[in-house]
Amino acid sequence: MKNSIFLGALTVSSLIAGAAAAGTVDDVKARGVLNCGVSTGVPGFEAPNADGEWEGFDVDVCRAVAAAVLGDSKAVEFVPTTGKTRFTALASGEIDMLSRVTTWTFSRDVDLKFEFVGVNYYDGQGFMVPKELGVTSATELDGATVCIQTGTTTELNLADYFRVNNMSYEPVPIETQTEASQQYLAGACDAYTTDASALASVRSSFADASAHVILPEIISKEPLGPLVRHGDNEWGDIVRWTLNALIAAEELGVTSANIAELAAAPGDNPEINRLLGTEGSLGEMLGLDAQWAVRAISAGGNFGESFERNIGEKTPIGLARGLNAQWTEGGLMYSPPFR
Amino acid sequence: MSDTHAQTVAYVRETMLEPQAPPVTVVGPIGWAKTNLFSSRLNTVITLIALAFVYLVLSILLPWAFHNTWSATSLRDCREMTGTDHGAACWGVIRDRWQQILFGNYPVDLRWRPILDLVLLLVALAPILFSNVPRKLLWFSAAYPFIMPWLIWGGSVWVPVMAAVGFILGYLFLKFGEKALGSLFAMIGAVVVAIVWWLFFLGPVSDIFASILPIGLEKLGSSRDIGGLMLAFVIGVVAIGLSLPIGIVLALGRQSDLLIVKTLCVGFIEFIRGVPLITLLFVASTLLNIFMPPGTNFDIVLRVIIMVTLFSSAYMAEVIRGGLAALPKGQYEGGDSLGLNYWQAQRLIIMPQALKISIPGIVSTFIGLFKDTTLVSIIGLLDPIGWATAIRADTDWIGILWELYAFIALLFFIICFGMSRYSMYLERKLKTSH
Amino acid sequence: MTTITDPPKESFRLSMLLYDTRYRSMTIQVIALIGFSAAVWWLVGNTIQNMNALGKDLSFNFLGEPAGYDINQRLIEYTSQSTHFRAAIVGVLNTLVIAVLGCALATVLGIVIGVLRLSNNWIVSRIMTVYVEMFRNVPVLLWIVLAMAILIETLPAPRDYKGDDATASMFLESVAVTNRGIFIPGPSFSNGFANSTISWLLVVGVLVASILAIRYVRAQATKKQEATGVRPTTWYLQLGLLVVPVSIVCIAMGLFWTSPELKGFNFKGGIHLRNSLIALWLALSLYTAAFIAENVRAGIMAISKGQSEAAGALGLRPNRIMSLVVLPQALRVIIPPLISQYLNLTKNSSLAIAVGYMDITGTLMGISLNQTGRELETLLLGMLIYLTISLLISAAMNVYNSRMQLMER
Repeated sequence: MKNSIFLGALTVSSLIAGAAAAGTVDDVKARGVLNCGVSTGVPGFEAPNADGEWEGFDVDVCRAVAAAVLGDSKAVEFVPTTGKTRFTALASGEIDMLSRVTTWTFSRDVDLKFEFVGVNYYDGQGFMVPKELGVTSATELDGATVCIQTGTTTELNLADYFRVNNMSYEPVPIETQTEASQQYLAGACDAYTTDASALASVRSSFADASAHVILPEIISKEPLGPLVRHGDNEWGDIVRWTLNALIAAEELGVTSANIAELAAAPGDNPEINRLLGTEGSLGEMLGLDAQWAVRAISAGGNFGESFERNIGEKTPIGLARGLNAQWTEGGLMYSPPFR
Repeated sequence: MSDTHAQTVAYVRETMLEPQAPPVTVVGPIGWAKTNLFSSRLNTVITLIALAFVYLVLSILLPWAFHNTWSATSLRDCREMTGTDHGAACWGVIRDRWQQILFGNYPVDLRWRPILDLVLLLVALAPILFSNVPRKLLWFSAAYPFIMPWLIWGGSVWVPVMAAVGFILGYLFLKFGEKALGSLFAMIGAVVVAIVWWLFFLGPVSDIFASILPIGLEKLGSSRDIGGLMLAFVIGVVAIGLSLPIGIVLALGRQSDLLIVKTLCVGFIEFIRGVPLITLLFVASTLLNIFMPPGTNFDIVLRVIIMVTLFSSAYMAEVIRGGLAALPKGQYEGGDSLGLNYWQAQRLIIMPQALKISIPGIVSTFIGLFKDTTLVSIIGLLDPIGWATAIRADTDWIGILWELYAFIALLFFIICFGMSRYSMYLERKLKTSH
Repeated sequence: MTTITDPPKESFRLSMLLYDTRYRSMTIQVIALIGFSAAVWWLVGNTIQNMNALGKDLSFNFLGEPAGYDINQRLIEYTSQSTHFRAAIVGVLNTLVIAVLGCALATVLGIVIGVLRLSNNWIVSRIMTVYVEMFRNVPVLLWIVLAMAILIETLPAPRDYKGDDATASMFLESVAVTNRGIFIPGPSFSNGFANSTISWLLVVGVLVASILAIRYVRAQATKKQEATGVRPTTWYLQLGLLVVPVSIVCIAMGLFWTSPELKGFNFKGGIHLRNSLIALWLALSLYTAAFIAENVRAGIMAISKGQSEAAGALGLRPNRIMSLVVLPQALRVIIPPLISQYLNLTKNSSLAIAVGYMDITGTLMGISLNQTGRELETLLLGMLIYLTISLLISAAMNVYNSRMQLMER
């Protein structure tokens, strides 16, 4: 299709018009590439490295889906989207799934006609201030100038929070995280608000991270997760259960190190067997083969491995598991059973 | 006059005195400075203020810029090298990332293609821009629009060839159908034939040829790999190239005395010129797919090119209208008196002259458009400014700012300044030829 | 000589639609109309189909719903509970503010620079050439981003004003230049109307009345000059008319100036010119001024040298020659391109989004679009607003232009 580019609209539209009527999963298989929407860059979650390859926590979800469906975790075309373009890109079919620090909200799910397939990071909106301001609580921020990234739920939460607490503030809307941290560091705003995970990663990038504190108040719930279009349930199921497979794999102790061994023959644990396709026919039910979950997990490791590699405490981002630990360890990560 | 005077003079010089050298205060550097810098008290004051201003600017810029930091691999490196936190340029970032600013993610081993494209562009433009180039080269100029996208995007060679065949078919239809159908219907028929060819035969026929004789270039993975300055060039050149024919049609439509045609053209031109480019880019990034048949999916670069083409064709129409208006009325009347019909007169007499007059305008439209391509960074494409943002997010280069912007500004300055100088030269040349 | 007889009346035949020039234009127009309608029908049909598939409908009801976000610079009352419609209005007003400020500054700068480029002083004309080329040949977006970066990085933060070892201090105790913007003293009324807008409207009304009165005085003076050849001295009358009524109204309402003070996190009181406004204003004005300067230069050079030589022969000084003889004539050449520069500046103000200035692109086509997901409606509305503004500007300037041109003989 790409070859007729210079002929413009008419040719291409007529060539593709017929193909897209089928389901997303068939499209992806026919194309051989998964189009996955990401943001233009959030350290740890999605960012291109020096070779131009995308890496990060959200990126791993895309790679797992590509591995499950296409058998190749590299067969992903990453489409950077902005706050403005992400939903239209998904709605118009430009991308097959969006895995981009996107908050699951009622109106996005219902009114914008998307389907959030799960949560891969439980976040909340917080504030960061320079230590020298002497602010210890967000309730002391009356009259402050606050840097916000536009195009997110952040500005709505912020407006609500300050209104409810009867405080005034001066919003400074900013397009990108780079710009926001530049303004914050130069003192053009007193506080910087965004999701707590992003605050942590921004703070970690500062020359003197200890000069900045993240205030204890978390003013919103921000469950971040991948989403797909409303109405294509088969495709939704594939993405949902790929994510669940990653989470379940961690719970069951399946790692990228031992997966080859576990998948070779049925073991003692029936759920592992079903997950890895050595027992039952879960893959077929999804319209995939039996090895789908094996490939998904091998692509970037299980949920915990991906977390530790991209945003965990050993990385510069340095996030603790907290709410994002397995339910067995006091967190919220809970995969429905594979049966 | 009395003759007494002559008698009182004892000596009359018979040869002219050698002219004395003018006083040093009038010529040479001093004289120049006196007339140009210190001609009056006020002027002296102004000169001194201006000199102080220049000194101030340079005293800030030069100490900042002149640091040998080319080898730095991160901002921390730079700070160690120069020993200051601020106040020293860190040019290592340019050495590290200049390729991305110029080419984006375009595969390294394929980069000869855009470079060759640029060289070929100059060759193709030569016969149009310079009069002392062999006219035969115009055939290459005509072929260039098919070569250029092929080199950038790659793929089978038969696709551009077959696309060109569409034009040839349309032309043949026009040529042989004119007698039978009349020029108007031959024209409409030619357009229909070409469109039908492109829509229904282009793909299959080029596939057939490709399977017989597979010649082609490696296909570009995704248009998104086109980035940096190359993206600005691709958008600018393709949009200007495509907008030229559209602009001609719109300009003719605007000049025509057919009310409906005129209204449609004026409406389109004024609408496009009345809204900012960024809103059209928003349309490209969010709405264009909704306007197309269900299931259509252009990639974003293509969508941007479509909207930018619409944008520039409105401006191009105005430029060409200016060219048409500048033609003396006698040219139109001359065409009529030769018994040429409207299209013949346009093709043989009016357009060649009007387009020639419009070239400076077209060049400045291109300069404007080329600068405006930076707007695509706002919708998330990685043009030079988009890459600047991305590089600033890299942990090695967090905190870097001026060097990137200075480099990008310099790139744009060199290109745009060069083109505007050329267009000025052309304007002067065209003026004298009349 | 032969007498021309009427051609035999032909009855209408179908082929005449094609070959008879009287009807052929009709045919072409009908074909064009059909083609256009078909294209529109195709686009609308596609849109409806796609919108249905996405489960969306075309509805402007979201305009009545609470916007939920705050806007820093607002000329009218606005809170996060106000509607999206009101947010759009705030955005439109902000667009108009930057357009008016930008056009004014760009015109002044452009004329000054255009004149200075022709200066006899070599270094001044060189500096101006460098300025013009530098700004014309670099994208305006880059200038906007750079202007913002310069403001943020080089100016002191409000916290630098704090404490005993403050590194920055206020200018004249009343103007604070910070990297959040410039705080200047603002006027307010101690016993004006309860609604301050009415007070301001009153002041503006009085000012307009004064200006009308001054015009009347001038017209009378011109009449007298034409009748008697002597122009009566009226400048003190004009000045009085301008200053006195406004002063009386202001004093009556108790005008006082509040200086900004550092309270808590920020300066409070006075007028806050935000960074984003200043950066956008400066960048747009400087960029557009470079183009206007070129137009001005071309306009001046279009005036024949004889004009200024004749004026010089009359004994006028160079600056009087410029202001009385050359510029008024050059203006006629300058105004048409000036109109398109104004339009460009207004359209370029949409790049406000790059520095977070909340104009119509930032509110309606920015956050409202993001929050409601109604791309079609918001973009349609936004484009219509820009179109209206553009058409109004070009209409107004064309009226002015045609008045200027009428003076020509």
